Amino acid sequence: MKDDILRFEDLTVDFTVGGTTHRAVDNVSFAVRPGEVLAVVGESGSGKSVTSLAALGLLPSNATVGGRISFGGEDVLSMSRAELTTLRGRRIAMIFQDPVGALDPVFTIGSQLIEMIRAHQPALSRGQARERAIELLRMVEIPEPESRLKYYPHQLSGGQCQRVMIAVAVACDPELLIADEPTTALDVTVQQEVLDVLLAMRSEISGAIMIITHDMGVVADVADRVVVMRKGSVVETADVHELFDRPTQPYTQALLDAVPRGGLRDDKPSGPTEGTPALSVEDLVVEYRGRRGKTVLAVDHVNLALNPGEITGLVGESGSGKSTIGKSVLGLAPITSGEVRVDGRALTTASSSVVRRTRSRIGVVFQNPAGSLNPRATIGQSIGEPLAVHRGVRGGELRGRVEELLDSVELPRGWAGRYPHELSGGQRQRVSIARAISLDPGLLIADEPTSALDVSVQATVLELLRSLQDRLHFACLFISHDLAVVDQVCDRVAVMSHGKLVEQGTREAVLRAPQDPYTIRLLAAAPVPDPREQAHRRSLRLVG
Amino acid sequence: MLRFTIRRVIELVLVFFGVTFAIYAAVFALPGDPISSLGGDQPLSPAVVERIRELYHLNDPLWSQYLRYLGHLLTGDLGVDFRGRSVAERLATRWPVTIRLALTAWVIQVVIGVGLGLIAGLRKNTWIDRGVLILTILITSVPIFVMAVTAQLVFGVKLSLLPIAGVTDGWPLSYLLPATVLALYGLAAVARLTRGSVVDTMSSDFVRALWAKGLTRRRVVGIHVLRNSSIPVLTYLAIDLGALLGGAVVTEGIFNLPGVGQLLFQSIRVHEGPTVVGIATALILIFLLTSVVVDLLNSLLDPRIRHD
Repeated sequence: MKDDILRFEDLTVDFTVGGTTHRAVDNVSFAVRPGEVLAVVGESGSGKSVTSLAALGLLPSNATVGGRISFGGEDVLSMSRAELTTLRGRRIAMIFQDPVGALDPVFTIGSQLIEMIRAHQPALSRGQARERAIELLRMVEIPEPESRLKYYPHQLSGGQCQRVMIAVAVACDPELLIADEPTTALDVTVQQEVLDVLLAMRSEISGAIMIITHDMGVVADVADRVVVMRKGSVVETADVHELFDRPTQPYTQALLDAVPRGGLRDDKPSGPTEGTPALSVEDLVVEYRGRRGKTVLAVDHVNLALNPGEITGLVGESGSGKSTIGKSVLGLAPITSGEVRVDGRALTTASSSVVRRTRSRIGVVFQNPAGSLNPRATIGQSIGEPLAVHRGVRGGELRGRVEELLDSVELPRGWAGRYPHELSGGQRQRVSIARAISLDPGLLIADEPTSALDVSVQATVLELLRSLQDRLHFACLFISHDLAVVDQVCDRVAVMSHGKLVEQGTREAVLRAPQDPYTIRLLAAAPVPDPREQAHRRSLRLVG
Repeated sequence: MLRFTIRRVIELVLVFFGVTFAIYAAVFALPGDPISSLGGDQPLSPAVVERIRELYHLNDPLWSQYLRYLGHLLTGDLGVDFRGRSVAERLATRWPVTIRLALTAWVIQVVIGVGLGLIAGLRKNTWIDRGVLILTILITSVPIFVMAVTAQLVFGVKLSLLPIAGVTDGWPLSYLLPATVLALYGLAAVARLTRGSVVDTMSSDFVRALWAKGLTRRRVVGIHVLRNSSIPVLTYLAIDLGALLGGAVVTEGIFNLPGVGQLLFQSIRVHEGPTVVGIATALILIFLLTSVVVDLLNSLLDPRIRHD
């Protein structure tokens, strides 16, 4: 169409690294129309970010670009450096995933805002630019904008930094705002606020918004139209309702199916416990000594009990203390007061040999499988190590056990000799799980085990975890920020906020009929992959 | 900030006393008797030796000598050497030479080292970058005395462009050759550090965001990249200046510059205890001062440190 703002025509992007060329974007064509919010959705490696960077001529020097990108009828790819400088910021603005990292740490946010304004409107005096900066900060709902001008990025929270980035982006009334995963690094309640601010900008700037995301909930929340990308190509382009109601492509359908919606686990009657709980945390307090003698109360008198054979989800936002509880069970956090019992044995008072033996019955899966596997050890060595150390299993027997464990996490036996870098993120996490269950644990602690994974991979890893638990009946403390994931795999749910346990109970009770205001807020903020539901919630928020 | 300052001052005082005492003790523990060697070939009579030992309190226990020394030090008195000359006065004639040499070398390092590093960092992975890398490795791998003697031979003897040794031609002529040799040695570190710092900054998220803001290259590189990359470089340069002011024993020796480094070397050779301790005390003060300057510089340049 003639009046498209931005149009990609047969865009290809090749990266050359060390002589080999890799195609990141392959024949991509789509357009952004005036006034719309277009979501480009895809998993990692789909080429969505590269496509957006190409629109600003921001690709690194080892990229070769083919095809055509036209913006307002002009060919972006043939622009000179000077022409690009007037295009960027002034006509196409961009905000990035990591808001704290996207601001220069050694300049105040005020100077960075004023710099942006004066770069594109040199006629404005410093004073006028400052006035405009204050107005912009007010627009993105930063409190006390005059005094905030003097703040450095590290003095603001992630959410506030992203607001500042939005203010910078809309400062010159751009025709197009590109937001690359703008809320991925933020907590869910902050994500909602930032998305609200971003959408409010639609009426402030005259142009369109192109939002790049992997989160179907965010797509449902904000988009008018959706472009689905996979492995560098466009799979499907559709109106948002069309896409969610009647996806035409199998990949789109698979992507939607992979989104955790919860309720997939059979309801087990979870009555009062028979026998000793697998893990009980009693009146636990964890304090960290901060600077200037200040102490930070990370965990504040928490009581929690895990029944054998149940998965308990521990939910909260960053800084809520949920990971600290997991760490204190593993002896990685200082217990100030209270007690942690595993299988009835108190860990704070037991002798060190008892503690070591008890801990050998706890399996652990961490968030980042790339970081938690020794890169110099084969995956067979990593999986077999606990058996060799704690049980003294050696030689052929060890090899046999490692092969069984690889079977149980659905990896080929022949992979025992491979190194972690030869595996994908999901495969590495399977290795972590195999290692965690190698000693037949009574308790598994999984700390954000799928947060670093793509949604389709996440679905398969969650499925694996659940089937293993069904078979091996270990108790599991499943720590996560993602309510939908918790809804999908857990029997019981505990919600944490600011170090306190605010609510716990069966999954149905906590997630369907929450009592605590914080839980209610958390549930309302988590976007669901349903555009109608999201539109409904948004209208309620605007009224309220 | 106040707690930080107090802690720093206590650290400074402890380091000062600890190091001066260690050096004081070490110098007096050296084998050989400085007093008996004062007479040269003619042995001194036992009465004279005893008289001198008395005069310098050499018969007192070490700690009481040290305390007396400290007492004098507080009034700015560095004492006299074994020939009765004032250590402070001897140092006073040496410092200007060392300071001239150090500052000249430092400026050469700043201009050429930072310049090369900047060019290499901004032209990452081009032939310029690789050229700078090879050059800096070459320079670092040549021992300083080889470089010094070669420079004397080429620029002094063959080309007769610059004086070979001594300070009779004054600044800058007499200092150019030794300062350049001294600077070349530290140059590689400055250039590599600057290059690495610039490359890191250029590839950071916020620089990409600055390009996306539509700022000119001049502004992105000249203001943002430069300021962010300068933090580790300036820290290093401040420490480096402190080290240069400590005197360059080898360079001052080869070029026959009557600086502090040369005096220190000579004094150690002839067991001139009071002079060695005097110089060491001055050097400690320079290092302590440098570390305070580095801290201040860091908090000035980096708001994240300032607000901690």
